[in-house]
Amino acid sequence: MMAEPLLSLAGVHTHIGPYHILQGVDLTVPEGGVTVLLGRNGAGKTTTLRTIMGLWTASQGDIRFDDRLITRLATPEISRRGIALVPEDMGIFTDLTVAENMILAAASGPMDARRLAWIKELFPPIGTFWNSSAGTLSGGQKQMLSVARAIIEPRRLILIDEPTKGLAPAIIKAMTDALRELKETDTTILLVEQNFAMASGIGDTVAVMDDGRIIHSGSMKELAGDAALQEKLMGLSLEAHQ
Amino acid sequence: MSNAAIKPRIEKIPAGERIVQKLPVLLVPALALAGLIAIGNPSSWLTLTVAGLAMGMMIFIMASGLTVVFGLMDVINFGHGAFVAVGAFVGFTVLAWLAGWTASPSVMLNLAAVLMAILAAMVVTGLLGYAFERVIVMPVYGDHLKQILVTMGGLIVAQQMIHVVWGPDELHISRPEALQGAFVIGEAAIEKYRLVAVGIGLALFLAMRHVLKNTKVGLLVRAGVENGEMVEALGYRIRRLFLIVFMTGSALAGLGGVMWGLYQETITAHMGSEIMVLVFIVVIIGGLGSVEGCFIGAMLVGLLANYTAFLAPKVALVSTIALMVAILMWRPQGLYPVVKAK
Repeated sequence: MMAEPLLSLAGVHTHIGPYHILQGVDLTVPEGGVTVLLGRNGAGKTTTLRTIMGLWTASQGDIRFDDRLITRLATPEISRRGIALVPEDMGIFTDLTVAENMILAAASGPMDARRLAWIKELFPPIGTFWNSSAGTLSGGQKQMLSVARAIIEPRRLILIDEPTKGLAPAIIKAMTDALRELKETDTTILLVEQNFAMASGIGDTVAVMDDGRIIHSGSMKELAGDAALQEKLMGLSLEAHQ
Repeated sequence: MSNAAIKPRIEKIPAGERIVQKLPVLLVPALALAGLIAIGNPSSWLTLTVAGLAMGMMIFIMASGLTVVFGLMDVINFGHGAFVAVGAFVGFTVLAWLAGWTASPSVMLNLAAVLMAILAAMVVTGLLGYAFERVIVMPVYGDHLKQILVTMGGLIVAQQMIHVVWGPDELHISRPEALQGAFVIGEAAIEKYRLVAVGIGLALFLAMRHVLKNTKVGLLVRAGVENGEMVEALGYRIRRLFLIVFMTGSALAGLGGVMWGLYQETITAHMGSEIMVLVFIVVIIGGLGSVEGCFIGAMLVGLLANYTAFLAPKVALVSTIALMVAILMWRPQGLYPVVKAK
């Protein structure tokens, strides 16, 4: 039996200028666990995350978080309700140090020392380069900092956009392990990922997008074990990322 | 997390690149040295250098707010000169009210009068900035062409309001007794007021650096300059930060207006738009959004304007533009380009 939905999108449309990107997205993210959003490039995955976060406003449809409507809320209000975003470009403030990035991420007050210690254990480079400029970190370290910022305060839902994109296999493994540990803290994760091997390893539920719509949703176990379904839903784009 | 396979690594910047990054700091002493060689006479050079630094500091005071507003809010405010002019006129009014203090032989009363004028100018221009941002700038966020048009319109309205309140004529503004005259060192005459201007400009620069580097508001401004969207995603209301920064920038322009008015000793409704040419040159030279770059750019413009006015008055007008062209050919984004998220 599925857990109660923490987040739900019903008939969400998003326009960006003249482009109609999301064309009626219906998506449910159960509380606890990892929901993976799959789809080819340009399917609307990133737009879905940005629309949930309020960075782009839905032109139609409802977004509910914890059974409350958040469709028209401003991004800071959505963040304050317990949703964090790890964007595709990582959103690191490169002019600031790692420490300053973390200080800003703790928006509600000083950082909790125990939580910070846990994060440094989860991502050792955060501690190692604490006083270094974030702009000098490598791509993998920046990705760790981006995730670390999202979890420096307890969050109910974390939206993560392609955390393994362009990373070395060792860093991908480390990131996967970190997300798995994060999952054990009962944090709900909505993960956009094109690396199916990684996604199927940690995902509980899955939704597949194409042309601005959800074309499939169900359990990850079911999709991972059904090659024909994978082929039907994603074709070559899936194999290319295995 | 198992990190056995991950070796912490940081991308080291090559030594040559680090030196190139620091080069803009050396431009000011290099220009001063070039000025000494070209002028030949150390006394004239000292007088011109102090005058140039004072002018640079006053331009920095006016430009610092504009550059932060541009960097953080992506707003091109052609109306910034309005705050300079209004600040000067408010300062003039306060100094006129406190004529007894400014004419007093007491240095403390003289300085108190200037301080009161500065405070009043900053409060009025800060509040004017609030109205300007809410009424004129807020509806045109993200549209540079409209920003240029409406802020120019705001500038014209402000100039006409000055005509209504203070009349259309230029006004003479006297420096307090203690700030008149000059110190004579050898054959060099150094105006007292210019030293005060250098002191105030330097104090402002250090204060801005402290706030930007060591306070959470400063961190938010720096982060917002780079990626305002991400600041919002972290839970901060960036529009509120915009307003605070705009009001602060306007208040600093008001401070610059009082300083510039006392420097020129004549104020007009158009003084803000006239000085804005130099202010924009400084902002562009420094790198849009960079306070450090703005400071160095202002020093360069101040020194070069004074040296060329002495050495070759006919080229003085174009020297600052030539400086801007030269710097942009070297660093197209300005001396200290601010990193912007795509």
